Amino acid sequence: MQADQPLYVAKPFVSRVRPSRRASDRALKILSMLFTALGIFVLFWILGMLLVKGVSALSIDVFTKITPGPGTEGGGLANPLIGSIVLTALGMLIATPIGVLAGTYLAEYGKASKIADVIRFINDILLSAPSILIGLFVYTLLVAPFGGYSGWAGGVALAIIALPVIVRTTEDMMRLVPGQLREAGAALGAPPSVVIRHVTWRAARAGMLTGVLLAMARIAGETAPLLFTALNNNFWFEPSLMGGVSNLPVTIYQFASAPYDNWQALAWAGSLIITFAILGLSIATRLILSKGH
Amino acid sequence: MSAAPLAMTEATESGQLSRRTKPSTTSDRLFEYASRGSALIVLVLLAGIMLSMVIGGWPAFRQFGVGFLTSSVWDTQSDQYGAWPAIAGTLTTAAIAMIVGIPLSLGIAIFLTQLAPAWMKRPVSTAVELLAAVPSIIYGMWGLFVFVPLVGAYVQTPVSKIVEGLPLVGTILYARAPSGLGVLTAGLILAFMITPFIASITRDMLDQIPSVLRESAYGVGCTTWEVVRHVLLPQAGVSIIGATMLGLGRALGETMAVTFVIGNANRLSASVFDPGSTIASRVANEFNEALGMQLSALIALGCILFFVTFVVLCCARLLVARVGKI
Repeated sequence: MQADQPLYVAKPFVSRVRPSRRASDRALKILSMLFTALGIFVLFWILGMLLVKGVSALSIDVFTKITPGPGTEGGGLANPLIGSIVLTALGMLIATPIGVLAGTYLAEYGKASKIADVIRFINDILLSAPSILIGLFVYTLLVAPFGGYSGWAGGVALAIIALPVIVRTTEDMMRLVPGQLREAGAALGAPPSVVIRHVTWRAARAGMLTGVLLAMARIAGETAPLLFTALNNNFWFEPSLMGGVSNLPVTIYQFASAPYDNWQALAWAGSLIITFAILGLSIATRLILSKGH
Repeated sequence: MSAAPLAMTEATESGQLSRRTKPSTTSDRLFEYASRGSALIVLVLLAGIMLSMVIGGWPAFRQFGVGFLTSSVWDTQSDQYGAWPAIAGTLTTAAIAMIVGIPLSLGIAIFLTQLAPAWMKRPVSTAVELLAAVPSIIYGMWGLFVFVPLVGAYVQTPVSKIVEGLPLVGTILYARAPSGLGVLTAGLILAFMITPFIASITRDMLDQIPSVLRESAYGVGCTTWEVVRHVLLPQAGVSIIGATMLGLGRALGETMAVTFVIGNANRLSASVFDPGSTIASRVANEFNEALGMQLSALIALGCILFFVTFVVLCCARLLVARVGKI
């Protein structure tokens, strides 16, 4: 240091991080970004593929004509579309009351009891159980004894898949309701069941609705459990739902690898419809939840 | 008792309440019984699934004994059935899915929680969750029409050319007919399917770690890698293992996507480039035409799948602290 120099010279900043540490840090950051980019890329790839192949296959016929037989020209998806709506609605009608009540039991009556803990655990297992096993179960329960495939069996199979989702979200959402609300209801002399129905349920309404929508998104595209229960065919199903009920997922499965061009086009149109319906449901649930918070 | 919470209007209810002197205990008890009964249905369902698998598969288990697990014969003519090729295919595809999927999901979770700027978090999170919501049959379509040709042309063909004649590698990575279908392709599709699922659970786990811990680590001069490696992973390690096991449970039982791309061969091949089958894909393929012993053998396969996934999911649920994610 010379005397005529200022006391302090701003040196250029030198990082004291060892090169090896910096390298591993940079590697982590780059890989994380790459993997995320890959994930998003795959999403857009799948959506893009559906749009490219599906939009060209869409026409008025898709919604008005029934599925073509092997080797026949034209045709549409009217019967599997309606069939899928019927099966999904049936599944939801069975699962929603049971699921909401079971979730209510866990949140309000069972709370921390042993049995409630067991039910929670088993419900979580059911939540991720392979759906093909649920198809096999319903087959042995409702198809084999009654000697034929039916829409009822398909609806029950879908209900079993939807149920754990509804149980879980109902319980989670009811637990978020503050205790003071229940106490206020009880202080007015309302019995527990009235408090639950008119205070807790009302407060948790939006959250419980998201559970139902999530469950619906989950079952709308399920294929495996319908293979052995509702089956599929190329004509209108009986109003009694006995015999096979045509549905979109199984139709897509059967048409996708078929040797007929119009079958393949219909499979793409069906895929497009089903995917965007499900993604729409998923986005709707997110909107409802974000509005609540 | 009606289960529709919104059927009654507020006005009539408050009117009822004010007139009521004594709460009606019968309806109260009925409601409690109804919810208790509904909750018990969950237990009945799982027991029912277990029982139906055991009973339906019993003839096959009795006929073939322990040999059912190790035999590779699947012959409808002579009514001989063995589960080994399907079991091996299930384990191989799930293993490939895990090897590829775990790093991918961890990377995405770390990006979302540690690196992403605020404006990016929401859209990227949404994209990852939408990817998890895409039904498996669509992954199957994408796999069959987009992914399979690519794998055939750019992976199977060149790799087979390189390794031909080499010991070991020449067996495992050799495609006799490079169509793109095969065990490896199925494993990769499974990896893409379980990645968003594991990533979103892991993201929630990492978000729950108190930020004081992270900040103090940064404060003593740690790099992001060191924070992740020495603070976050030890903190959330157990639940991350649980999350990956949930993903494994999914990969083991996945049906449609695998059925589309695995090639559905009954024989077991030593090469991951050759077609194979998994338990789920074989059941999906053969069940509707099966009769008698074949039907029982297929349900017995389902029984094996049930117990394997049951054990995996039990471990997963014991490891994962309950978060508000499905």
